[in-house]
Amino acid sequence: MELAPGQIIDGFRLEAPLNPGGMANLWRVTRQTANPVDPMPKAEAPSPADAMPLLMKIPFTRGGESPVNIVGFEVEGMILPRLSGAHVPRFVAAGDFSSPYIVMELIAGESLKARLDATPLSADETAAIGAKIAVALHDLHRQHVIHLDLKPSNVIIRESGEAALIDFGLSRHEQLPDLVGEEIDGPVGTGPYIAPEQLVGVRSDPRSDLFALGVILYFLATGERPFGDPHTMIEWRRRLWRDPVPPRARNKHVPPYLQEIILRCLEVDPAARPQTAADLAFALRNPECVILTARAERMQRDGIAQVFTRWLRSGQSAFPPPQRSVATQLARAPIILAAVDLAPGHEALSEAVASAVARLIATEPGARLACINVLKGSLLAIDPTEDAQGRSVQLQRLIELKHWARNVALPAERITFHAIEAMDAAATIIDFARHNRADHIVIGARASSALRRYLGSVSSQVVAEAPCTVTVVRVAR
Amino acid sequence: MLTALFTDIHGNREAFEACLAHASRYPIDRYVFLGDYVGYGADPGFVVDTVRDFAARGAIALIGNHDSAAIGARERMNEEAALAIDWTRAQLDPAQLAFLKNRPFTAEHNGTLYVHASAAEPEHWDYLLDTSAAARCFLATAAERIFCGHTHAPALFHRSLTGKLAGFEPVAGVATPLTAQRRWVAVIGSVGQPRDRNPAACYALYDDATRELTYLRLPYDIESAQRKIRDAGLPLFLSARLAWGR
Repeated sequence: MELAPGQIIDGFRLEAPLNPGGMANLWRVTRQTANPVDPMPKAEAPSPADAMPLLMKIPFTRGGESPVNIVGFEVEGMILPRLSGAHVPRFVAAGDFSSPYIVMELIAGESLKARLDATPLSADETAAIGAKIAVALHDLHRQHVIHLDLKPSNVIIRESGEAALIDFGLSRHEQLPDLVGEEIDGPVGTGPYIAPEQLVGVRSDPRSDLFALGVILYFLATGERPFGDPHTMIEWRRRLWRDPVPPRARNKHVPPYLQEIILRCLEVDPAARPQTAADLAFALRNPECVILTARAERMQRDGIAQVFTRWLRSGQSAFPPPQRSVATQLARAPIILAAVDLAPGHEALSEAVASAVARLIATEPGARLACINVLKGSLLAIDPTEDAQGRSVQLQRLIELKHWARNVALPAERITFHAIEAMDAAATIIDFARHNRADHIVIGARASSALRRYLGSVSSQVVAEAPCTVTVVRVAR
Repeated sequence: MLTALFTDIHGNREAFEACLAHASRYPIDRYVFLGDYVGYGADPGFVVDTVRDFAARGAIALIGNHDSAAIGARERMNEEAALAIDWTRAQLDPAQLAFLKNRPFTAEHNGTLYVHASAAEPEHWDYLLDTSAAARCFLATAAERIFCGHTHAPALFHRSLTGKLAGFEPVAGVATPLTAQRRWVAVIGSVGQPRDRNPAACYALYDDATRELTYLRLPYDIESAQRKIRDAGLPLFLSARLAWGR
């Protein structure tokens, strides 16, 4: 069927063709609301959402379409209606078998692909974009979906600043049949971005998306792709044994922390990468907290002996697919936020919070712990001598925080310390939790008193407004 | 149109009532019973009467191999099952037996085929436990969807236009779209004797408008169902396995 502007399909008017995608015609469309001849049989009732610009995806029907395209359209039709939130296009309607199409939100924003011409970007900008994509991925993973084809052309930065992910044709919803994996023998993805485990057919590991994000970060920071633009299977597979040129060898302005993060994402073994997208976002937003290893300073690729060893091990058995669900994998690497009160006279409470945190960490060995202490800004301002020493007060608090956490059994790269100056302790803790996708807050509650009831308690405000689980610790009396 | 699907109730009143009560919260347009109302459990009469009431109001109710055995057909069965059938036959009155006798093997509506075991020779009660059994089922019918039971384990098989066949273990409570681009066989898990290591009763809802199939799992009063089986003098294994879910 020839498509033309003005044509109406199930109550949607084709306005203008957009650049065709890999497997479908894309049209900007509007919903016809005042057409009595067309009763809109398959479309939902018009809603305020119709005010948003709409995109119609119509699969190519020229004949000879590849099975990936055909199944990809079917898969996107399965997955997109089940996704929600700012990080995906909103689903609007779908056609049936005789007239297949998907209508979704046409996202207003800039494709990340458009930024590639300006690479290399600064480290700050690379990290900021990377953190936005990581937050979007975490949101997707929480909805049981692994994208599996993350690349710049599938990322749109909304005008409001959030990253939105598009094109779920190769994606995997872990609670639905994996139609792509069942239909296609062999790896499915895009050459420069596909993760090593995808090359041997693993389609159930959310860390595959973190590898692809590592490729994007590398590209943004250096202007080059870490594994080139391979087209043959042997070229795709080379990443199983050949490590990329370190980013700092390509662009000396890449700071060590960013190289550390990028090379971790590009580790062949998923277990050596950041374990969740939230963890990666945290690292990108808190560069000072990234523990640098030998990776950070590397200026050359590995020697031939190491490469040869990896080549020997690059067989199928190198990647046992994860036995755990995506949700369980995310839950095993939670971000725990300890709100630590270091005020004199409350030592017993801070010790009680410390032991509660230690017990929690013992059951969650994959956790990241962020210890935060809020310095009351207003008190500092009242006392001029304290104010003059503001900087050293903050340093002193960090020293005390580290001392406080001395018994927490976590490796250094998974524990961070934050002394934040603010007027409102509760709001600061809640913002920090929301911004960093914390899974659990542990906070102490001081003994109740008439004054506290009058002023309001920090812990009760945190309990009321936190975006996650909160454990409140009290000292028994 | 919303369809509620029940299969392999096997005389388990407690499990059946839990599923019916749950389904009554939804605007069900059609009830479908895929057979095996009796055998194993201690309340065959109650189950047959209840299904007969639904059938009188337009429900589809098919025959299963245990129902067939109860009305005297020779069916291959293990010792416990055969003992339970002998006991069951004595519990049912002529009207109940006549109802079982008049059940059809299959029903078809709007592209969906309903059958107890498999579309391939329904009277031979094939077990859809793997893709080769599913392939035989797909070959035997042109229906877009086949809804069946018999194995007591929820499973979803699908066949693409290119002929690729695969199986999937459905996730309870997750609406799974049975896309129009392929054909599907949905094996509904058992109401009265689940065997997938989850003892909760299983039934399913299918929505024609959205093509979504949802498997539901419901906890029920297993202890009462077990006690009745023991009190009836039926094999103890039939009581114990309800709690094991296998």
